[in-house]
Amino acid sequence: METTTAERTEAAVGHPSARLRGSDLTLAYDRRTIATGLDVAIPDRSFTVVVGPNACGKSTLLRALARLLPPARGGIVLDGRDLATYPAKQLARILGLLPQSSTAPDGITVADLVARGRYPHQGLLRQWSREDENVVAASMAATGVGDLADRPVDELSGGQRQRVWIAMVLAQETPLLLLDEPTTFLDLAYQIDVLDLCARLHREQDRTLVAVLHDLNQAARYATHLIAMRDGRIVAEGPPADIVTADLVGDVFGLRCRVIADPETGTPLVIPAAPSRE
Amino acid sequence: MTAPLGKTAAAPAAVRISGARTVRAGRFSVRFRPRAVAAGLLALAAAAAFAVLCIGSGQYAMGFGRVLDALTGHGSPADTFIVRELRLPRACVALAVGAALGLAGAVFQAVVRNPLGSPDLLGFTSGSATGALVAIVYLGGSAGAVATGAAAGGIATGVLVYALAWRRGVHGFRLVLTGIGLTAALTGVNGYLLTRAQLTDAARAVLWQTGSLDGRGWDNVAPLAVAMAVVVPALLLGCGPALRMLEMGDDTASALGVRVERVRLALIGGAVVLTALAAAAAGPVAFVALTAPQLARRATRAPGPNLLPAMAVGAALLTASDWIAQRAFDDHPLPVGVVTGLLGGVYLVAMLAAERRAGRI
Repeated sequence: METTTAERTEAAVGHPSARLRGSDLTLAYDRRTIATGLDVAIPDRSFTVVVGPNACGKSTLLRALARLLPPARGGIVLDGRDLATYPAKQLARILGLLPQSSTAPDGITVADLVARGRYPHQGLLRQWSREDENVVAASMAATGVGDLADRPVDELSGGQRQRVWIAMVLAQETPLLLLDEPTTFLDLAYQIDVLDLCARLHREQDRTLVAVLHDLNQAARYATHLIAMRDGRIVAEGPPADIVTADLVGDVFGLRCRVIADPETGTPLVIPAAPSRE
Repeated sequence: MTAPLGKTAAAPAAVRISGARTVRAGRFSVRFRPRAVAAGLLALAAAAAFAVLCIGSGQYAMGFGRVLDALTGHGSPADTFIVRELRLPRACVALAVGAALGLAGAVFQAVVRNPLGSPDLLGFTSGSATGALVAIVYLGGSAGAVATGAAAGGIATGVLVYALAWRRGVHGFRLVLTGIGLTAALTGVNGYLLTRAQLTDAARAVLWQTGSLDGRGWDNVAPLAVAMAVVVPALLLGCGPALRMLEMGDDTASALGVRVERVRLALIGGAVVLTALAAAAAGPVAFVALTAPQLARRATRAPGPNLLPAMAVGAALLTASDWIAQRAFDDHPLPVGVVTGLLGGVYLVAMLAAERRAGRI
């Protein structure tokens, strides 16, 4: 199932429409190199999910796409323009990010926190327009936290709090939305809840979503475009039904398994092999 | 294109942020919190009232009304001279130093995301003390030299802390640890400088280190006032909104369109200048920078750094402390730093006790 670099480059650069793409990326923290020669393209209007084992570089890639980590080599292009050249607020009106961890200021209420997502649309003399108000209300409604408007964020459950943070990035009104492990630290029911929410937002609001996820089965169920990474390389990408095979899982995660159709959705479902009893 | 959320047909009822009001005119809109405005104005009124009381205190005592008459030009020539020439400058130093420390404290606490992140803890005050001590012990110690030394020492320490804490950006926690380390080192240096000093110089240095408003005149007000005229608007208008985003973490702020490192450098730079010039004017007045932002936050009940209320509360704290310092013992006025230290220390312990009872620490 391993594709050659040339094929990958062609596949990545060959997406007919991809507003956000990176080519020949070298990603590194100080002197620790995470990835070299990485080519990636996020198909427009896709729900792209990046999976791979720990330390494969998936979160690093997302950070680079969000301009939190400037590539050591190569370039990321958004709408044909080098990502590094965008003014900060202008970029924040196109590209949103939900980081792995954020801090809610002490005592802040839900509505106040969601309203902070409007920052890139605001200025000194445009602090809270009618449009800000409407977008914040709509974001809270879309994430089902409208009833919590006046509640302090620190009093909410983990799942509710994650919905509030998602509402905040929705209020940013960006056509592209990056989510770094949005389900980590959540109970299983809340994980599904958040992913259902993401899928619905993708469907109804015509946004391009990119999420890093840990769970391959969840990724296969929700993604329209899957990117599988290992050791800083993209091993395979495409619709989950096309690329999730026992070979790929063996390749990427080093796990022996069977892949069957998910009885709920028909998407690929990975069943790890039991250790042989001999 | 993304369907604009705000323009969907079934837009739900507009959201209200509890405690906030908006005034709109055409394309312009301003959001404010009535409670925060009231708290700020109240603190400002308290600061002004205590300043008037301070002006009336001393061997030539005057009542509230007499001071106001002299200030507005309706007093006797003697009153007017004493009020305007002798005591007003000192009151202005108190107001300006209090406001500067309140603002600097609020900025530092928000930047390092720690309520204990005051300039006292981060080493800038010790650096100012080192500069002032060098001026007193080695450079003859004219008032101008001490003030310059304090300002230079504070700013140099600020640069040093920032440089030492920098590693792909400065993080709040690293800033605090670096500051604590540097404070320890500078305390040693300051102790050494004191042992080198002549006895009279040492006494003066100790008094300076307490923080005092005695004998302050217009030449103490001027540098701080000029710096505040530049730095305060830059902090409030230039960095204030971004600082609110920074509270949520670097990544979130960055994703919302904040140039994190640039804003943080501007914030730290501005707050260091305020702290250093406040120390140059009145010495290292303890605990105002730590206490004022927290009192302000409690009064406004608004999330965020509460920069303007913290300024007003700082000014009120310092003028009130000076009034107490002058009145506490009739013939023995205390240095104001003694009172702020006592009040601030008691407040800190009380706050910690309350937090412990609430099970938060």
